[in-house]
Amino acid sequence: MVGVSCRMAAVAGMALSLTAFAASADPLVISNWDGYLAPDALKTFNAASGNSAELVLHATNEEIMGKLIAAKGKGYDVVFVSSPFAEVLHNLGLAETLDHSKIPNLANLYPEATGLAHDKGNTFSVPYTWGTTGLCYRSDLTGEPTSWNNLLKPTDALKGKTTMLATDRWLLAAGFLAQGYSVNETDKTKLQQTRDLLIAAKKTLLAYDDTTFYSKLVSGEAQLVQAWDGWCNYGITENPQIKYVIPKEGSDLWVDTMVILKSSEHKDAAYAFINYMLDGKNHRWAAENILYKVPNKAAMEGLDPALLQKYPNMTMTPAELLTHEQLRDVGAAQRDYSRTVSEIMAAN
Amino acid sequence: MQDRKTLILIAPAFAWLTAFMVVPCLLILALAFFRRGIYGGIDYEFTFENFGMVFDPLYARIFLKSAWIAGLAALIASVVGYAAAYAIASMPRHRQPALLFFAILPFWSNYLVRTYAWIVLLNREGLIVGIARALGFDGELPQMLYTEGAVVLGLVYNYLPFVILAAYAPLSRLNPEIAEASRDLGAGGWTTFRRVILPITLPGVATGFIFVFVLSIGNFVTPALLGGGQFQMIGNLVYAQFLTANDWPFGSALSMVLIAVMLVLLTLQTYANEHASTGRQSTERADG
Repeated sequence: MVGVSCRMAAVAGMALSLTAFAASADPLVISNWDGYLAPDALKTFNAASGNSAELVLHATNEEIMGKLIAAKGKGYDVVFVSSPFAEVLHNLGLAETLDHSKIPNLANLYPEATGLAHDKGNTFSVPYTWGTTGLCYRSDLTGEPTSWNNLLKPTDALKGKTTMLATDRWLLAAGFLAQGYSVNETDKTKLQQTRDLLIAAKKTLLAYDDTTFYSKLVSGEAQLVQAWDGWCNYGITENPQIKYVIPKEGSDLWVDTMVILKSSEHKDAAYAFINYMLDGKNHRWAAENILYKVPNKAAMEGLDPALLQKYPNMTMTPAELLTHEQLRDVGAAQRDYSRTVSEIMAAN
Repeated sequence: MQDRKTLILIAPAFAWLTAFMVVPCLLILALAFFRRGIYGGIDYEFTFENFGMVFDPLYARIFLKSAWIAGLAALIASVVGYAAAYAIASMPRHRQPALLFFAILPFWSNYLVRTYAWIVLLNREGLIVGIARALGFDGELPQMLYTEGAVVLGLVYNYLPFVILAAYAPLSRLNPEIAEASRDLGAGGWTTFRRVILPITLPGVATGFIFVFVLSIGNFVTPALLGGGQFQMIGNLVYAQFLTANDWPFGSALSMVLIAVMLVLLTLQTYANEHASTGRQSTERADG
């Protein structure tokens, strides 16, 4: 009996010391994609603000969403997610309603960036980067594509030399846009038509590729790929013959955002972090290094003209971007999307 | 006393497996009976619908396709691995350890690295095409990478050592006098192999076959990398449910069915092995 209570006391003591440890450390936890922040951003932020922010990584939106939904947001303070997922966090009541007085640098944003369809007035999300999804191609090996059908129904010379994104929303978007549908289409018949179109296209593909498509262009394995504009720029860096074009049917407008979790216990620090990121110089890092457009006027205006010349898609104006439809949360139809993609993947 | 020793010896492994294998499996099993929340969480309402979905023709087809690819990989690995094991076992005794060492050497490097090596070799601008061009070939070689063949090749390559080791064990224990006796009784080399050596050593190959099959059918890395994401196997489907579709209940149901298939196969294989070894013992006794 004595032995047992001794052990219990030891366990209780350990638990206490663990709590004490947690309370003393207790950093601001930020979850982001790898390489999406300047390597020294948190160090500079911590030094300037006296906070102890810590970065954790997620590989995909879906991964961080799984964790946030399972834990009701606990354990995270600020997360970087694409806009449809920010909408989900909002709909689930996990996203903090933003107090703009704590983010004075919001004034740096383009007016267009404060009226985005998923969150007019930035009530729960602040845009970090934005851009389009189009066609990236080797101008020395193939002619300039003008339509999504150049990708989905390639000429014989291009067969086996194209890749598409495998992430369900963008894979389907290519099919939707080619037929003139909304990128958020949920009609079952139109989904079936899109499925059939994409199954036919699959037979002509080299591969589905979300991460290395630009290297395939550089090596010449592929000549025409579906790409995010910023990623096409990585190809252009290595071979200036690589070019980016938005097909005539249009693109989606994707927006990656920063969201504060309602459950955060470090809200002041979280606001301070977002405000820090919106500083022109800090935000410019993303444009200069990730080669994504950022919705920050102060940041974009300070860009080196040589960079803009080398990567023409960086010069797209906010007004041009806003002509494309944003990917939105499709709610219950997400299950139809998953199934449609499974059907495409299972087809021979 | 002996019982107590056994208990102490087995306790750590038992505790480990219970905590990190049995309990997680039970959690997954439980999840399979709930509904997916609209945003990917879990609604705690009891349902069988996830298991119903597993047998939907779409997903059943993915199961069959995976079984086909895994079966093909296991068959090729068994034939190639058995031949290699046979060759190693026929070498002088003192050389065998070194040869076995080379057979398992690839295991020491990372699975991803080994798989990426094939991408370097097979891609359209890769090493094989480069060598063919250097040798004066100027036509277009057929697409090698991102095909079903590339997936099977990757699986065979990665799991071959399992078959070699599994087949080597019975082959190396084989008493050479048995083959001699067979020849003395008038059987030729092929007949001796087919009627004597193969039946005795078959359980080893069967073990290897089942290993490769079970490891392949749940694999998701090789189809993603060497298949260019175009060949969805059951492992990819489970992966997608947990990491992209956020449909954990359906992913759980799929994994449970997959685990059940594997358990049936492993049980059959254990049964067959036991059966074979009892058979051998009785022959040995009759011989004696």
